[in-house]
Amino acid sequence: MSHISAVASVVILEMIRRKDVYVLLFLTALITLALGAVNFFGDPKIARYLKEVCLALIWVSSLVIAVFTAARQIPSEKESRTLFPLLAKPISRAQVMLGKFLGCWLACAASLAAFYVFFAILSATREGQWPVANYVQAYWLHCLFCGLVASLTLLGSVWFTAVSSNATIILAFVGAMLVLGRHLHKVAMKTGGLAGNLLDVGYYALPHLEWFDVRDLIIHNWPRIDWDVIAKDTLYAFAYGGCFLALACWRFRRYAIH
Amino acid sequence: MGLVVSCRVVPWPRASTGFAFGHMSGTIKPILSAENLRVEYRPTSRKGGGPKVALNGLTLAVYPGEVFGFLGPNGAGKTTTMNVLLGFTPPTSGRATIFGSDVRDPSSRQRIGYLPELTYYYKFLTAFELLRFYAKIFGIPAAQREQRIEEAIQLVELGAAARRPIRTYSKGMQQRVGIAQALINNPDLLILDEPTSGLDPIGRMEVRRLIQRLKKEGKTVFFSSHELGEVETVCDRVAILFQGELKALGPIASLMSPGETSLEQAFLRIIGFTPNEESACPISPLSLAS
Repeated sequence: MSHISAVASVVILEMIRRKDVYVLLFLTALITLALGAVNFFGDPKIARYLKEVCLALIWVSSLVIAVFTAARQIPSEKESRTLFPLLAKPISRAQVMLGKFLGCWLACAASLAAFYVFFAILSATREGQWPVANYVQAYWLHCLFCGLVASLTLLGSVWFTAVSSNATIILAFVGAMLVLGRHLHKVAMKTGGLAGNLLDVGYYALPHLEWFDVRDLIIHNWPRIDWDVIAKDTLYAFAYGGCFLALACWRFRRYAIH
Repeated sequence: MGLVVSCRVVPWPRASTGFAFGHMSGTIKPILSAENLRVEYRPTSRKGGGPKVALNGLTLAVYPGEVFGFLGPNGAGKTTTMNVLLGFTPPTSGRATIFGSDVRDPSSRQRIGYLPELTYYYKFLTAFELLRFYAKIFGIPAAQREQRIEEAIQLVELGAAARRPIRTYSKGMQQRVGIAQALINNPDLLILDEPTSGLDPIGRMEVRRLIQRLKKEGKTVFFSSHELGEVETVCDRVAILFQGELKALGPIASLMSPGETSLEQAFLRIIGFTPNEESACPISPLSLAS
C-alpha cells in the first residue's frame, strides 16, 4: 500500500503545482458571480437558475479535471521517460497503475470539495439554508463519478498512444452516457432487431454515469436520497471502476517500454 | 580484417584473485546473469518485413564486487539488454536474473540502483521530494528516510538547491540528482546507462570517482559506455556486443592481442572495424565516437 500511496502523492503534488484546477475554479466562480449580479424580475431570491449554472460548470470542470489528469499520467510519463527510473524500482506495474488512479481520484475529490464549498456558500447567501446531507450525498456521488471516469480514462491511456485521442473519446462517451444513457433501453425497444439488441446490450453493459448526477436534488431542494440507494450506487461504481482498473493493469503489464 | 564471428570469453575472476576458487567451484553466485537472452521487435508497419533481432543469445554473468563494462557501438543491443535487465522489455526467449530472482519480479530490483542515460525525473518536484518518493518505494522506514535523503544530498553536494524544483537545475545538477536517487537505497548493484553521456569533463571525472568509490566499498557496478578510455580506467571486466551478439567477454588485458596498447584497438578489432576497408563493417567511425 505504501507504494501505491507514494505514487498517488506525486500525482496530487503535480495537480497542486499545475494551474488547471485554479483556472477552472476561478472561471466557475467568475461566471457564477457575474450571473448572480443579474437581477431577474427584480427578485433577488430567485436562485435556482444560478445554482443550475454553477452546478453545470462544476460538472464540466470536474469532467475536464478527471479526464485530463488521468489521460496524461501514463503517456506523459512514457514520453518524458520518468517511467524508466520509476519502474527500475521495486514496484510492480499494477501498483503504479493503482497509485495513478488513487492520485487522480483524490485530486479530483479535493478540487471538487473546493467547488462544492463555493457552491454551498453561494447557495446559502441566496437561500439562507444549508442542506448539508444533500450536499454530502451529491458530493459523494460526484466523487464516484470522477473515480469511474478516471479509471476508464486510465484504461484508455494504455490503449491509445495520444493523450488527445484518449481524452476526446472519453469525453464523447461520458457526454453521451450522461445525456442518452437512461434512454438507451427505450430506444432499443422501439428499434428492435439486431440494432435494438445491441443497444440493449449497451444499456446493460455500459456504466450508467447518469445515476451519479443528482443536481436536481439540490437545485430544487428535494428531500435527500435514501442512504441504501447511495450504498448501492457506491457498490456499482466500485464494481465498474474495479473492472476498468483490472483491465488497465492487465494491459499495462504487457505494455512494452523501450 | 574480416568480421569476428566467434565469441571470446575469458573467465572471471582470474586465478590469481582471492575468490577465483569460489567462482570456479561454483560457490560464488553471480549477482546478475543472462542466459541465452533473445529479444525480437515486431516491425511497426506491415511493410517492415520480419521481426528485428535486437539481441541474440546473450549469456553473461556479473559477480559481486566487480565493475563490469558493457560496450558496443550504437545499435549493438546495449540499451535493449538494460531494458530486459530492468524489466522494461520482456525477452522473447532466455532468462535473466538479478540476485537470483527473475528480472520480471519487482523484488529483484530492491537492491539495485539505476542511473539512466539522461535525467528523467519529475521536474515539478524538488530533489528532496523526489528522493523521498523513491525512498518510500524502496520501503525505507520513515525513521531512517530523512537521514538517508540528507546523506544522499550531501554526497552529491546539492546543498540548499535540493529544496528547489528540479526544472530549475542545470544539466550537471540534474545528473547529481540522478546519482543521489540511484544511491538512496544503498544498493549492492548499480546499473548505469552511459553515465557520462553529455557531461562536461568535471562531471565525467565525478562519475568516474563515484564508480571507483563504489568499487572500494565492494559494490557491483554494471555500466554501458562509449567512452573506452573511461572503461579501461575503472572496469574489471568488459563485454563487447555487436549487432545483438556477444563478441567478447573478460578482463580487459585478456582481450588485447599482442601489439595492442589500448582497449580501443582491441574493441575495433573485435567488432571487425578497419578504417581502410569501409565495406568490412557496416558502422561508421562517427557512431563509435558519439
